[in-house]
Amino acid sequence: MNGAVELETIIGGISRGAIYALIALGYTMVYGILGMINFAHGEIYMVGSFAAIVTLAILTTLTSASFGLAGCLVLSMGAAMLVAAAFGFTNERIAYRPLRRSHALAPLISAIGVSTFLQNFVMNAQTKDKVDFPRAFSDPLWERKLEIVGVHVALIQLIVLAMAVGLMVLLHLFITRSRTGKAMRACSQDKTMAALVGIPVDRVISLTFAVGSALAAAAGMMFTMYNGQTRFDVGYTAGVTAFTAAVLGGIGNIPGAMLGGFVIGLVEDLTAYHLGADWKYVAVFALLITVLIVRPRGLLGERVADKV
Amino acid sequence: MKTLLQLDDVHTGYGLTEILHGVSLTVNDGEIVTVLGANGAGKSTLLMTICGVNPTREGDILFDGQSIANRPAHEIVRAGISQSPEGRRIFPRLTVRENLEMGAYQSGRLDNLDRMFTFFPILKERQKQLGGTLSGGEQQMLAIARALMACPRLLLLDEPSLGLAPLIVIKIFEIIREINQAGTAILLVEQNANMALHIAHRGYVLETGRIVLADTAPNLVNNDQVKKSYLGA
Repeated sequence: MNGAVELETIIGGISRGAIYALIALGYTMVYGILGMINFAHGEIYMVGSFAAIVTLAILTTLTSASFGLAGCLVLSMGAAMLVAAAFGFTNERIAYRPLRRSHALAPLISAIGVSTFLQNFVMNAQTKDKVDFPRAFSDPLWERKLEIVGVHVALIQLIVLAMAVGLMVLLHLFITRSRTGKAMRACSQDKTMAALVGIPVDRVISLTFAVGSALAAAAGMMFTMYNGQTRFDVGYTAGVTAFTAAVLGGIGNIPGAMLGGFVIGLVEDLTAYHLGADWKYVAVFALLITVLIVRPRGLLGERVADKV
Repeated sequence: MKTLLQLDDVHTGYGLTEILHGVSLTVNDGEIVTVLGANGAGKSTLLMTICGVNPTREGDILFDGQSIANRPAHEIVRAGISQSPEGRRIFPRLTVRENLEMGAYQSGRLDNLDRMFTFFPILKERQKQLGGTLSGGEQQMLAIARALMACPRLLLLDEPSLGLAPLIVIKIFEIIREINQAGTAILLVEQNANMALHIAHRGYVLETGRIVLADTAPNLVNNDQVKKSYLGA
């Protein structure tokens, strides 16, 4: 066994895991506040990846790339986050809010409908083929390798990791320090009481969708940059994997989603390296089932009595 | 005395079941008004309807002359009504301090924290603890303090004595009286009719969704019906 390659695999797994963590946050935040699984969340991630590529195309053709590589990437990520936030916000308004007082299955089915709608909408409005992330932006980041004591790490892996961790730190500060973030936590613990202290609960729910969607879009942009391509149906696998991460960490629990994302990224890449890529989902889901048997609330999940 | 809150023939319910069948009552500026009633009479439903959590199906609710019926709950808080609800409903995984900050969500009056810590010194000691870790009495104090952070003109209290040791009940009622003397009108829902009538100016008796009796507190204490049903005499 080669120690350096092993370490490189681990670093790759952590970078990928950071991306899963970003998506998982959206699942867990929405679950925390509404108790529903937003099955359309993977599609928001996909929309984000397309929005990023479109933004890069606009930036390179219209403005002759005067922002530089880093500037363009940051702008495209920002644009993708804004577009996805708008999608997530609208999604909740149109497809979930009117169903809030109905049977618990109704919003779930509505979410599956939104998921199918968005896939087909992007397929028709954009293309059913794979779309490349502009190589001019991703190749330089792959080619720059850093060597630390014999371990080779591509710059892109560090950038992805740094940006994802940065966003998670921002989210953490937002929900623990800001008035709105605290209101979000209050809503997830007791919506009626939140309304009684004067928190506009509907607005907080909208914001939760917008924030979760923006994080998914950032993940979509990074993953596409990392993987090189996107397609209208990438949201399915990414969504299921990230949802698994959220459940593994304890659905509804924000640090749990982050932890779950990293664990799944690592398990995927280590399995792929040792047993072959075909085995990675076997390993991921075997782990999920094991954790759910031993700790039904997930790794960091809390007792139900204490929950929403 | 100026009327602060006026309910006019208010009907409400859940689904097909009507709970309140036309309730009318008033709370004047500076008053403590109590609503007595057995379990299931609709006392909590009444407070939740005033707060906009339950819909007003018929009738009207006026606060300071303006209709607040069916306004969103957060707007009613902004108008000047806040509630310490039944079961206290502390946010269990927010700290004591964060619970209080949420109480000031509309008022923005974080400077009120010091006043609350003077009222309830135990909350200052425990401010960094999670709300869910407090004892019942401490949670009750926190629930009242959280409602006061909104700087309400009318404070609604739902069973503040429920499940508390007698000494703590006395302390809570002393505090309620202090809050009232500082200028806040109070609508108090209680099963502990003795204590409630002791501090209230006026009272109503609610039975299965209807007001069956309305009088001053001293008259209610001496009312045979009230004695028999609520004072255990």
